[in-house]
Amino acid sequence: MSRFRVSVNISPRQGILDPQGKAVAEALHSLDFAEVRDVRVGRFVVLEVDAGDDAAAAQRVREMCDKLLANPVVEDYRIASVEVS
Amino acid sequence: MKFGIVTFPGSNCDYDAHHAVTDALGAEAVYLWHKSHDLEGVDVVILPGGFSYGDYLRAGAIARFSPIMREVVAHARRGGPVIGICNGFQIACEAGLLPGALMRNAGLQFVSQPVHLRVENADTMFTNRYAEGDVLRLPVAHGEGRYTADGETIARLEGEGLVAFRYVNAAGEIVPAANPNGSMNSIAGIVSAEGNVLGIMPHPERAVDPLLGPVDGLGIFQSMMAHVSA
Repeated sequence: MSRFRVSVNISPRQGILDPQGKAVAEALHSLDFAEVRDVRVGRFVVLEVDAGDDAAAAQRVREMCDKLLANPVVEDYRIASVEVS
Repeated sequence: MKFGIVTFPGSNCDYDAHHAVTDALGAEAVYLWHKSHDLEGVDVVILPGGFSYGDYLRAGAIARFSPIMREVVAHARRGGPVIGICNGFQIACEAGLLPGALMRNAGLQFVSQPVHLRVENADTMFTNRYAEGDVLRLPVAHGEGRYTADGETIARLEGEGLVAFRYVNAAGEIVPAANPNGSMNSIAGIVSAEGNVLGIMPHPERAVDPLLGPVDGLGIFQSMMAHVSA
């Protein structure tokens, strides 16, 4: 059993209105970052988990995302990294 | 006729719901603590408004795993009536009692104001005291009330008459300006396919006392009373 640090990106699903992202994009435009085409704001969750190996750690975190961390109706998630902690 | 009102950490409309049920409706009500496993024989469960668990993660996401929710879900699966108001609507969606999700208001601002609602289906256990097309005036107070679901779900809600209330203007017309949060199809309240779970973002329990203004919310409680007593 080892300890892993698993990072997950959770973001509003494509095609679903993200007013936070829109507001941030407008603010960036007003700061003359005219090149910004789109902004989406999500959550970044870092978990410390005990598991046999990194694949097992990632699998458990996916189950956590399906049950609690993300809402499958409106959000997508992606495991960003799994590192030995 | 006994109502059970769930108190989660962060619920703040449980007392209003209790007042509506006991003082305005004249029925019995008990508070159900979130850690309890006992519904105490209630006929109707109310999931009240508030900010359960500080809205951490997502509104309602953590409350749905409270011990009492296991009993509430079992009650609903047996056909028992459940009404989720505001945060209670969010919890009911997270718990899978209702389809879809309530997302951040399109305008990003918390909205606290009176709105007009049109009764879209008066043939439910929550709306039988209204007539279809009735326009009600109820308060809203939420930051995450934008009803969102996939196209298939929206089509099913519309096709099966599961949209109970819609945001409208005072004349009863669906216009973007009357939609306080950008909800799809101006949806303010829905019932489950089986008809025994209502989710509603506006606050009927805050519109039951003539001392405080319109009493248009009382009909929802009277409808449930009429249904359960029948």
